Amino acid sequence: MSILVYADSANNKLHKSAFEAVSYASQMADGDQVVALVAGEAEGLESLGKYGADKVLHCKDAALADFQPTLIAAALKAAAEKEGAKTIIFPHDLSGKSVAPILAAKMDAGLVSGAVALPDTTDGFVVKKAVFSGKAFAHTKINSEYRIISVMPNSIEKKENEKSATIEEFSADLGSSRLQVKEQKMEEADLPLTEAEKVVSAGRGLKGPENWGMIEDLAKALGAATACSRPVADMDWRPHHEHVGQTGVAIRPNLYIAIGISGAIQHLAGVNQSKVIVVINNDPEAPFFKSADYGIVGDAFDVVPKLVEAAKSMNLDSNA
Amino acid sequence: MKILVCISKAPDTTAKIAFTDNNTQFDTNGVQFIINPYDEWYALVKGLEIKEAQGGSVTVINVGKADNDPTIRKALAIGADDAVRIDAEPTDALYTAKQIAKYAKENNFDLVLCGKETIDYNGSQVGGMIAAILDQPFISNASKMEMDGNKATVQRDIQGGKEVIEVETPFVLSAAKGMAEARIPNMRGIMAARTKPLNVIEPAEAENATEIVSYELPPAKGDCKYIDADNAAELLELLRNEAKVI
Ligand SMILES: Cc1cc2nc3c(=O)[nH]c(=O)nc-3n(C[C@H](O)[C@H](O)[C@H](O)COP(=O)(O)OP(=O)(O)OC[C@H]3O[C@@H](n4cnc5c(N)ncnc54)[C@H](O)[C@@H]3O)c2cc1C
Ligand SMILES: Nc1ncnc2c1ncn2[C@@H]1O[C@H](COP(=O)(O)O)[C@@H](O)[C@H]1O
Repeated sequence: MSILVYADSANNKLHKSAFEAVSYASQMADGDQVVALVAGEAEGLESLGKYGADKVLHCKDAALADFQPTLIAAALKAAAEKEGAKTIIFPHDLSGKSVAPILAAKMDAGLVSGAVALPDTTDGFVVKKAVFSGKAFAHTKINSEYRIISVMPNSIEKKENEKSATIEEFSADLGSSRLQVKEQKMEEADLPLTEAEKVVSAGRGLKGPENWGMIEDLAKALGAATACSRPVADMDWRPHHEHVGQTGVAIRPNLYIAIGISGAIQHLAGVNQSKVIVVINNDPEAPFFKSADYGIVGDAFDVVPKLVEAAKSMNLDSNA
Repeated sequence: MKILVCISKAPDTTAKIAFTDNNTQFDTNGVQFIINPYDEWYALVKGLEIKEAQGGSVTVINVGKADNDPTIRKALAIGADDAVRIDAEPTDALYTAKQIAKYAKENNFDLVLCGKETIDYNGSQVGGMIAAILDQPFISNASKMEMDGNKATVQRDIQGGKEVIEVETPFVLSAAKGMAEARIPNMRGIMAARTKPLNVIEPAEAENATEIVSYELPPAKGDCKYIDADNAAELLELLRNEAKVI
């Protein structure tokens, strides 16, 4: 038996969440073979072996040069049939959110999206996932013959489980797609927000876009990505893709530093699954302190420059 | 253009989340229900904009029991022409998608619009499943769309960036922030909604592929550890040596 993993990529590069999905599969494998499928051109496929892939199927079909969810689902279905895989693992990133439901319907498989732990098989096949925007968890049982799980980014420890993955070319009849990609705008950030392990975020307390220099400096010194609250994105102080919260992106970094953000419930919905939360706010009554692990009551314009200094002298930017 | 908008019911974002019956049921006591924000603000309003620009109709569909009717009426008040409720508990996404897809197929919609996810179960599942069952393209996380006849130019979020794509109807789309501006129902809309048709239909036979067996609340946060502002650098020491996150 095998477990199939969709290792997603863009512009020749595997996403970090692809490695997490492979690691998830290898941690649940229990003797099963872990097979990763890569759709379209991508480099460094052998590195999937480092996290436990036994085999990589590389589907280089020219139609997969663009992100074509229906065709990727067709490739995965063919691969699952060829490899005898009953369980398919996805990253719960924007690729997984698009492809996993298509495959689930095509295979008549139960899908649990956003898993935060390995399946519990003591009584059936039960997967824990976050619900109510991170305010609770649900244990969901999959009753179908085929099962699909998409794994929440940053929720599974990426265990190195060195194997030398064999790489095989794979082709299948993918059908065709009516969707044509005209233009692509990739973000310039080196580190997409959802994949970042450390995030420095700031809100309306910063007063204006001209004050973001120190936020960027702190992020750089810590090797972190930057984020912001909704009003900040709405006022165009920061780009929209940085907006975290219920209406923006949900993130789950190891470290979330919130500066000049009050901690409204809709903001918390996007960040409350962070492992460690630091709040810097000049109002000791700011609601965010209730969700914080560490807090500094103080003026951001005074505290942040000090942190930048200290972080620089500690050489923390190596992404430890 | 015949447009179908899928709306689900969700607890208001400020609702207190608690469970009963040995953590197997969501405690709806005192909870206010709303239309799932992505469905209302983006999918529904976008559907109405398309109809206003080029004619046609907007039908809203919900899989749920009779207690959803007030939520469905709100969608009618915002401007949908009619509503359909498939009378079943939507406990599994695939089950829900099969119900909606069957109705969509039988009634030949040009466009099916969903929200990008529900804010209660956070699935991001139903839209893609409907598309797959209908054998139509699925455009997920769309943040802009322009329609010219049956041709759509859509901006969608993909992992690490954005794309502009072109596609012709029929297709299924899930809507994210940016698609449209939320509308508030006015008095006339609310009055009109009372007499607009809300058809209740029986579900088709289908299995539930998944079921929730129990819920769990996250462990309560320990107390916040405060660091003096004059000693800000100490924070970094704690993050490195105590929390071990840097
Ligand atoms: C349906 C809905 C969905 C929403 N979705 C989101 C979402 O996805 N994401 C989101 O973020 N919001 C969302 N919101 C908005 C949310 O309710 C809050 O309004 C918003 O998060 C507040 O942003 P803020 O904390 O930056 O600003 P404010 O609430 O204005 O807070 C600014 C904070 O900065 C502090 N401050 C001021 N000066 C300083 C200083 N010199 N030094 C340090 N601190 C200082 C203040 O004490 C205050 O706590 C949503 C709202 C609704 C109704
Ligand atoms: N019970 C339901 N009835 C109608 N539409 C639904 C239902 N559940 C989900 N949807 C639609 O599918 C989208 C995605 O839902 P989900 O997969 O549950 O995150 C929602 O934003 C709705 O547009």
